[in-house]
Amino acid sequence: MRHLLSIDDLGRDDIELVCDRARSFAEVGRRDIKKVPTLRGRTIVSLFYESSTRTSSSFELAAKRLSADVVSVKAAGSSVDKGESLRDTVATLSAYEPEAMVIRSPEAGAAALVAGWTEAAVINAGDGKHEHPSQALLDVYTLIDNVGTLDGKRIWIVGDVAHSRVARSCIRAFVTMGAEVTVAGPPTLIPRGIDELGSSVSYDFGDLGGADVIYALRMQKERMKEAFVPSLREYAINYQINGRRLGPRQLVMHPGPVNRGVELSPDVIDGPASLITAQVASGLLVRMAILYEILAGSERPRPLTRVGGEGGSSEGAQIGEPA
Amino acid sequence: MTESGTIASLDWRGERGSGDLLIRGPHAFDPSEGLDRECDIVIRGGIVAEIADAGHGELPGGGEEIDAAGLHAFPAFFDPHVHLRTPGQEYREDIESGTRAAAAGGYCGIVAMANTDPVVDDPAILTALRERAEGEAVVPTGFVGTVTRGMEGRELAEMAALREAGAVAFSDDGLPISDAGVMRRALQYQHLVGGTILLHEEDPSLTGDGVMGEGAVSAALGLAGVPDVSESTMIARDGALCLYEDARAHVQHLSALASVEAVATAKAAGARLTAELTPHHLVLTDDAVRSLDARFKMNPPLRTEADRQSLIEALRSGVVDCIGTDHAPHAPHEKEVPFEVANLGVIGLETAFAALYTHLVLPGVVDLGLIVERMGSGAKLFDLAPARIAVDAEADVALVDLDAEWEAGADGWESRSANSCFTGMRLRSRPVITIVAGSVAYRRREFTMKVAG
Repeated sequence: MRHLLSIDDLGRDDIELVCDRARSFAEVGRRDIKKVPTLRGRTIVSLFYESSTRTSSSFELAAKRLSADVVSVKAAGSSVDKGESLRDTVATLSAYEPEAMVIRSPEAGAAALVAGWTEAAVINAGDGKHEHPSQALLDVYTLIDNVGTLDGKRIWIVGDVAHSRVARSCIRAFVTMGAEVTVAGPPTLIPRGIDELGSSVSYDFGDLGGADVIYALRMQKERMKEAFVPSLREYAINYQINGRRLGPRQLVMHPGPVNRGVELSPDVIDGPASLITAQVASGLLVRMAILYEILAGSERPRPLTRVGGEGGSSEGAQIGEPA
Repeated sequence: MTESGTIASLDWRGERGSGDLLIRGPHAFDPSEGLDRECDIVIRGGIVAEIADAGHGELPGGGEEIDAAGLHAFPAFFDPHVHLRTPGQEYREDIESGTRAAAAGGYCGIVAMANTDPVVDDPAILTALRERAEGEAVVPTGFVGTVTRGMEGRELAEMAALREAGAVAFSDDGLPISDAGVMRRALQYQHLVGGTILLHEEDPSLTGDGVMGEGAVSAALGLAGVPDVSESTMIARDGALCLYEDARAHVQHLSALASVEAVATAKAAGARLTAELTPHHLVLTDDAVRSLDARFKMNPPLRTEADRQSLIEALRSGVVDCIGTDHAPHAPHEKEVPFEVANLGVIGLETAFAALYTHLVLPGVVDLGLIVERMGSGAKLFDLAPARIAVDAEADVALVDLDAEWEAGADGWESRSANSCFTGMRLRSRPVITIVAGSVAYRRREFTMKVAG
C-alpha cells in the first residue's frame, strides 16, 4: 500500500493482510515493553481538522509503539485557525519530510488531495462523510476475531447512514469480505442510491432478527444543520437497539462515541453482546498494522532512504511474521 | 420576437462594417442557408459581398486574404451565458481575457452575467461596463442587468433604467429568484421594459447543502446531493408564471430529464419559455465526480447518463433552443481545495465546439448542422439575428479545423482561469480564426496572414 485513502483501493487480500499483521501485533501488546523499533527515526504527522478521541489517540499510540516520532497538529490553536489553506498547511508540514501523514478533514476527498501535494504516504483518518477506512479495517478485524469470518454473515448497519463515513467504508469492506449488508434507518437518513455500494436498504426492523451483527451508527447531531428526524426521542422509539430488539445470538458494534439512550440502550452498550470495547482495542492493533504495511510492509514500492541500514523486512521478522 | 439588431451592434473594440477580407477556399457550412460547399467568401465593409466558387473570389482594392483551404467556415457562435467577472473579480477574468477566450472558441458575440462585485443592479455600473467593453472587448459583448436589487431576490432592480442604459436582458444568474411573487412582478414589469429574463432555476430549500447531483454517486461519496426536482419544480413554476403574465423567460443550463420535461410541458401549454444547455452537461455525467476533483463541480451539477441522454434528445427535438457555456472562471485557490468547499463553475468558451464535435458529432449522435445552429441561436434571446453566411449578412465567421487534434489545456488558455472540466481530454476540431464584422478577432498563431491581390 502506498496510501490508505479509500476501502475501494483494497481487495480482500489487502484487508486480510492488514488483519493478519494486526494479529501479529497483539503479541507485542502483551509484552512488558510494548514497543518495537520498526519505525525508529521516522516522522509521522497527524493532522486533525475535526475533533477525535479514538482515531487520533490510537494512531498516535500506534506510531509510538512502532517507535516513530509523531507530530500532532490540531486545527484548533494552529495556523489553520488563522485561515491557512489545507494546501499551505500540508506544504509547511511536508518540510519536516514526514514518512506519513494521517489526516482527518470535514471534507470529502481531502486526504486524496493531500496525497497529491506531499511526498509522504497519506492515511485517511476520515474525510467528511466519504470514508473512514481505518475504522472499517478495525471493524473487520474485530469481527474476524469474534466470529471467524465475514463470509455469509448478515450485518445490519443501522441509523444515520447519510452523515456517516463509517457506514460508507464499512459497507464497502464488509461486502468485500463476503458479508451480506443491509442498511436500515429513517428514510430521511438513508441516501438515495446507497444500495449501489452493495447493500440492501430497509426503513424498518421487520427483518432485523435475521442479522448476525448489528452495527449501530452515531446520530451525528453535529453534522445536521436541520432536523432530519422529528426528535431523538422518536428516533429512539423506532430505531434504538435495546434489549427488547436484540436477539440472543446477535452481536452489537458501534464506532463511538455513543449517544447513550439514543442509538443504543445502556444495557446493550454494557452487555455481553457488545463488541464496542473490543473495537477500540482492535483500533490500536489495526492502526499499527496500517502504519507498518504502508511504511515498512513488503509491498512498499519505494526504498527506505531515510533509515540508515535498517530495512523494513528485517524488522518485520523481528516481531514475527503473520501466522 | 423580432430579430432587429446585428451582433456587431453590441459593445466591442472593433467597428461594425470595418473589414475587407477574402476567405479563400473554406468548406462553408451554414445549414440555415443551405450552404454546404467549398467556396471563396468575399467580405467588403464587414458585410459578405459574394460567395464565389472556390478560386474565383476577388477582392479588388486589396485587403487581407485568408488561406482557408482545408478549414470549415461556420456562422460564428454566440454565447448567451458568460461570466466575465468584471467588475470586482478581475483576478479570475476580465473583459479583455474573457472575450479573447470567446474569440478563440469561434464566438462572435457573448452576453455577460451580472453576478459581479458589485452586482450590475445600477445603470451607472452598466454604463461603465459598456464603455470598458468598447475599449477592451475582442468580440461584441452584451451586459445583462440584475432582476432584483443586490441580487437579493426581494425587490426589483431599476429595470427600466438598466434597460435604458443598455441592458440586453435581465438575470440574477448564480442565484435563483426564490420568491414566486417577486418573479411574477419581474415578468409583469417586462411589459414596460422589454428584454427576456434569464433564469437560474433552483429551489434552495431542495438544494440544501447539495454539492453534486443526487444519486448513486453522491451516496457513495458521502456528498450531499442536489435532487433534480430542485431545478424542475422551479421551471414548472416559472413556465406557469410566464403563461399567466404573457411574458417571456429563458431557462439557463438545464441539467436533468425532469427539467426537460418541465420545459416541454410549459412550451406545449404555450408559455414563451426558451431553454439552454451547456456543453459539459451534454458530454459529462456525475461519474466524473467520483474523482472528487473540483473541476467537475458546477451548478447545476452533472447528473446521470439518463439525464444526459434526455438533454441530447432535447437538443434534437427543439425543446432546447440554444447552447450556452456558463463560462465561469475561478482562480486555482478556489478550485484546488476539497470538493465540498470549492467554488462552483467551469470555463467553457474555448472548448465548447470541440467538446461537442468530439463527443456528439463524431460518434454520430448529433448532426454537425444542429450543433452549429444551436451554438449561434442564443443571439435570438436578445433580439439579435444569429450569424449566417449569406450575401449581405454581417460577416461573422468561425473558421474551424475539423481535423485538428489537441489536448485541452496543454497549450494554456486565453481565459485568465484554467478551471476546465475538459483539461487533459483529447479533443478533435479547433476554431482557428474568428471573424467579426469582417475583422479578424482571433487567429491561432500558426495561421499567418497574407495580403490579397
